Amino acid sequence: MSAPAGSPQRAASARMQPRLGGAAASGAAAGPGPAPRQQNGPAQNQMQIPSGYGVYPQNYSAPSGHCFQGPGKMTSLPLDDQCGDYYSGLYAVPTQNVVTPKTTNQQAGAQQIYGRAPPAPHNVGSTPEYFQGAASSASHLYTSASQPYSSLVNHYSGPAMYSANSSAVSQGFPSTCGHYAVSTVSNAVYPSVSYPSLPAGEPYGQQMFTSQNASTVRPVRDNSFSSQNTALSHPSPLPPPPSQQYHQQQSLSGYSTPSWSASGPPSTQDNLVRNHTGSLTPANNNPTNTVADSLSCPVTQNVQPPKSSPVVSTVVSGASSARLPPTANHLVEPVASVTQPSELLQQKGIDSSSTTSSASPLPNSYDALEGGGYPDMLSSSASSPAPDPAPEPDPTPAPVPTAPQPSKVAKPFGYGYPTLQPGYQNTAAPLHPGGQPCSPAYSGFQQYTQQYPGMNQLSSSLGGLSLQSSIQPESLRPVNLTQERNILPVTPILAPIPNLNLDLKKLNCSPDSFRCTLTNIPQTQALLTKAKLPLGLLLHPFRDLTQLPVITSNTIVRCRSCRTYINPFVSFIDQRRWKCNLCYRVNDVPEEFMYNPLTRSYGEPHKRPEVQNSTVEFIASSDYMLRPPQPAVYLFVLDVSHNAVEAGYLTILCQSLLENLDKLPGDSRTRIGFVTFDSTIHFYNLQEGLSQPQMLIVSDIDDVFLPTPDSLLVNLHESKELIKDLLNALPNMFTNTRETHSALGPALQAAFKLMSPTGGRVSVFQTQLPSLGAGLLQSREDPNQRSSTKVVQHLGPATDFYKKLALDCSGQQTAVDLFLLSSQYSDLSSLACMSKYSAGCIYYYPSFHSTHNPSQAEKLQKELKRYLTRKIGFEAVMRIRCTKGLSMHTFHGNFFVRSTDLLSLANINPDAGFAVQLSIEESLTDTSLVCFQTALLYTSSKGERRIRVHTLCLPVVSSLADVYAGVDVQAAICLLANMAVDRSISTSLSDARDALVNAVVDSLSAYSSTVSNLQHSVLIAPSSLKLFPLYVLALLKQKAFRTGTSTRLDDRVYAMCQIKCQPLVHLMKMIHPNLYRIDRLIDEGAIHVNDRVVPQPPLQKLSAEKLTREGAFLMDCGCVFYIWVGKSCDNNFIEDVLGCPNFASIPQKMTHLPELDTLSSERTRSFITWLRDCRPLSPVLHVVKDESPAKTEFFQHLIEDRTEAAFSYYEFLLHIQQQICK
Amino acid sequence: MAFTFAAFCYMLSLVLCAALIFFAIWHIIAFDELRTDFKSPIDQCNPVHARERLRNIERICFLLRKPVPLLPLQLVLPEYSIHSLFCIMFLCAQEWLTLGLNAPLLFYHFWRYFHCPADSSELAYDPPVVMNADTLSYCQKEAWCKLAFYLLSFFYYLYCMIYTLVSS
Repeated sequence: MSAPAGSPQRAASARMQPRLGGAAASGAAAGPGPAPRQQNGPAQNQMQIPSGYGVYPQNYSAPSGHCFQGPGKMTSLPLDDQCGDYYSGLYAVPTQNVVTPKTTNQQAGAQQIYGRAPPAPHNVGSTPEYFQGAASSASHLYTSASQPYSSLVNHYSGPAMYSANSSAVSQGFPSTCGHYAVSTVSNAVYPSVSYPSLPAGEPYGQQMFTSQNASTVRPVRDNSFSSQNTALSHPSPLPPPPSQQYHQQQSLSGYSTPSWSASGPPSTQDNLVRNHTGSLTPANNNPTNTVADSLSCPVTQNVQPPKSSPVVSTVVSGASSARLPPTANHLVEPVASVTQPSELLQQKGIDSSSTTSSASPLPNSYDALEGGGYPDMLSSSASSPAPDPAPEPDPTPAPVPTAPQPSKVAKPFGYGYPTLQPGYQNTAAPLHPGGQPCSPAYSGFQQYTQQYPGMNQLSSSLGGLSLQSSIQPESLRPVNLTQERNILPVTPILAPIPNLNLDLKKLNCSPDSFRCTLTNIPQTQALLTKAKLPLGLLLHPFRDLTQLPVITSNTIVRCRSCRTYINPFVSFIDQRRWKCNLCYRVNDVPEEFMYNPLTRSYGEPHKRPEVQNSTVEFIASSDYMLRPPQPAVYLFVLDVSHNAVEAGYLTILCQSLLENLDKLPGDSRTRIGFVTFDSTIHFYNLQEGLSQPQMLIVSDIDDVFLPTPDSLLVNLHESKELIKDLLNALPNMFTNTRETHSALGPALQAAFKLMSPTGGRVSVFQTQLPSLGAGLLQSREDPNQRSSTKVVQHLGPATDFYKKLALDCSGQQTAVDLFLLSSQYSDLSSLACMSKYSAGCIYYYPSFHSTHNPSQAEKLQKELKRYLTRKIGFEAVMRIRCTKGLSMHTFHGNFFVRSTDLLSLANINPDAGFAVQLSIEESLTDTSLVCFQTALLYTSSKGERRIRVHTLCLPVVSSLADVYAGVDVQAAICLLANMAVDRSISTSLSDARDALVNAVVDSLSAYSSTVSNLQHSVLIAPSSLKLFPLYVLALLKQKAFRTGTSTRLDDRVYAMCQIKCQPLVHLMKMIHPNLYRIDRLIDEGAIHVNDRVVPQPPLQKLSAEKLTREGAFLMDCGCVFYIWVGKSCDNNFIEDVLGCPNFASIPQKMTHLPELDTLSSERTRSFITWLRDCRPLSPVLHVVKDESPAKTEFFQHLIEDRTEAAFSYYEFLLHIQQQICK
Repeated sequence: MAFTFAAFCYMLSLVLCAALIFFAIWHIIAFDELRTDFKSPIDQCNPVHARERLRNIERICFLLRKPVPLLPLQLVLPEYSIHSLFCIMFLCAQEWLTLGLNAPLLFYHFWRYFHCPADSSELAYDPPVVMNADTLSYCQKEAWCKLAFYLLSFFYYLYCMIYTLVSS
């Protein structure tokens, strides 16, 4: 009973409000400090570093000092040949070999063994060369002479499995390409699909809109304009839209309306086309559709040769110009430069006056577009997110669908505007409110991009609905929590929309990327303290986006004092000057910025894409790099001890790698390497020209060195055959190993040495506690304490080794990703440090076994696929800026904080989320808006320096009621969860739990004190906060924070790691799962995703009272799905969906739904697929029968129910009420 | 006019107080260096700079860290021990007022020294954490307060020394 409540006295120390807030407030007043201050330091740095580092990437052959250690040793050792070191080195090897059963005669020299050519193919890989080396070179490393080795080739490649594999691979390649091409097409098409571009008056758009792949039905719009997309499959021209309407449309709202951004720019182009050739063609137009376009338009004469102009950012003659970025993940990234003829502008200007008011574009639209739900396209493209440069099909048709326009010569984007013809200095159309169709389609490879389409659609349609007058009362409506029985809405909860005026609303950043816990920022710290709510930001900066304007420009316009990037919320004082919205400095508009490449007009800086989009990406100039951008470098560090071989993950990994080798993001410089370890460390020489991979063994784990520093990380393309050979051989190479020790620490040190010249990504696969060498760990878990309600110990690391290593890695731009596949306690809290501080990610597969636990194996397989092929950014830094007066004080996530507002991220991946706590240092009375800007500078896998900028704008309010009205309860709960993780590690779990409870108690009591007219005996909350107690209760019952329920320490620590680094959308599912009843799915309210109908069953509250024996329920817990089947569930459902004749025959372990040809099966599967497509971690499905033992797993997620150790929801409310009244 | 033990204590503490002031100033400079990493921002985003910066943070944290035996270089332990020495001397000299003035800081030092995060091997100055603005500003504020305290106590000791020398 006492557990969830915590200690009744709410100790001040248990508050989540930052205790050091005061200190922060006054101490940081000095703020960012004077900029030019430490001039000496940097100068020095610059002098020193490049010498060691700045060799061009090709020449890594001159590695840093420690690399030479190996060779040095090699040479020195033979000299004092009998000395102990050498001796032990020599003999260490045979000893090890004794263990491997294959080599029976270890005294013999290499040749001997060799001659006996052990029968098993894997032996070739390991032992013989090994001996040879031992005998001949008398050093720690045993390089096989390649000549004798080659005689074994037959053996090696002999086994059927191998050849089968290889053929599979070789076949796979072309088919991949084909597949790829297909997905490209669909990609090209999809942006037209399904944006819920509903007008303001339109009620819930969710039901209405349908999305189809090839052509789109654009639902109701005032001036209904139907934009249709022609894809390759629709070569016949569709009727062009009535141009009048079209113009109206265009004048409306600019690019940031979804419909707009999709249809607009292209239609411009279209118009051009029509103007030109008179009769032309189809109305299709989406920047992304360029593929279709260029194929179907007869006019496109000058299609650029695909790869011709990666450097030149624009093509001179076109209506639109596209850049061909070498980036992997973007199929087509047209730089935002669509040009418009001036007469069009004029027309627009005319039309605009009539339509502006009626348009009311949706604020979230852009996002809705992202969320528009094309899962099926997703599923196709997810498989090939990283196009190999070679088969990349898109450049051919895509690049430039230039409609020729001889009369008007467009200037290239970044150049040449000074020579504009006067006609272009077109200030004559001042009225159009942003009708500039920047065509920023980033038709990237979206793997999971479309998060929660339904939700987004709804959110945007709601956004249209929620006029300022209506939202206020609703979110402030007092709710009596104890009386309200169904507190959980039946539809997914949406992010509240900041109460800004419409213009700003539609420009604002999507809540999926950037959310603030309070959408109304309190004016003073005093007000914030009074509200007792956490203030902070939740970021998902590198999210996969479907739409991203990419800007190439010689000068990136930034504020001169605070270095803020220009954004939609700056104010232009006049034509030549703009005022920074963060520091209020007035800056000059550079000459280049005066020219708008979209309209090809001069003197309209406020129409530039940078000023029209709150999420943009810049291609950074060479100013932003000191050394050349690093190539993509991947190193795999694999545990091959007995335990690991037993678990059998190697097969899955190697298979997955083989399949995705061509899809690894990267360019021609991509490098890859492998290190395996048990009690020794094995390197693999894959240098091009070798006939077989060579294994080099270093047994000196106390002082690890690299045997051949320059041939261990090899070019992926040059050594592809060797890599494939190795991957095919690896799973069988260690099958008979009896080595149980694991020298993870030394292997990591070796990996660090290997990576430090370049930086990159290290993927560590570990299956047990490291037991040898540096960083060895002991088991710290006491199984009897698993369900203790008191102290949970050992949440912090046992040793600093991994943290220090991670910091070193971070300094060398190397991230370490940890895959822990363990059946026993492996001290994740220590191991996780290697990823936490190096900006890596952590995957944990408890009780992994490839055959005994197929669901985990499948999960690993799917997640590996995503992991290997998702987008990646290297050597990244993220800086978060906010309006003067606010300051950030604590960051959550995986990174190293390098400066007070600068996060150092060795790698950035699309699944990483961050949280930031804010404080208000100066009163914000003189401003009505505050802005936050994150700028993420990274090197793309194609070796381009890019900056992704998100800007969020929020209103400032002065009354407490307004603060409560703007609470984003989901963001708040995620921030609280992050703070609670910190608290439980730094002090104790119970302290963190108390703090969580106090967060609710404080905020609700603070609220009830503002509402004077209600009696205080009832527990009331503003409508915006009504879910707060429920979510906090869910947090208290979450694996990370629960007590009293048996929780393995590693599971708990993993849950904490997830809380720290998952983005909000995924985290919310982990905290509060969604429950749906699925035995009676109906099409009413269903949404259409591509060709499928996805039913949208209402959300059920997480309580056993909702579970009827007659029903079947699906619970979506983020990383796992449960289908609970009631005892007397309708037999039709069991037969049609589960494929079993009756309840009794449902198998105990069922992880797949059979593909049955029935309506209900189809509905269920499409619903589950739709849910699955929304997330990066592919959830495992468990079918749970009512009476099976597995049902406890399911029932522990029913957080509204009472358990032995924790309150029910109602009890929790009573407890809170009690606390408030005290 | 007598050279009492108390007078000796004040003289000695006067000298040592100068050392403490030096330590406090050093702290302030170190934290300031940590905080203001401002060069050209472009430079700052440079990966090469990252390593240098990391070294810097680690070096400073190392100096500030809770001392490990055999590593005399750290600055925290000397400061704490000098201050404790004062207190013991004043205790012996029965200078209760001075002792009372120093006691809060003494207790604070004890708390700081023994209060470790769960991680336990390092004091508050942990490279991954120290850059969090609240930690940093807390440390900085602490350093300023100490500087003020030491400066005031310097003059107080001076006054007391003369007073004891003259009065008795």
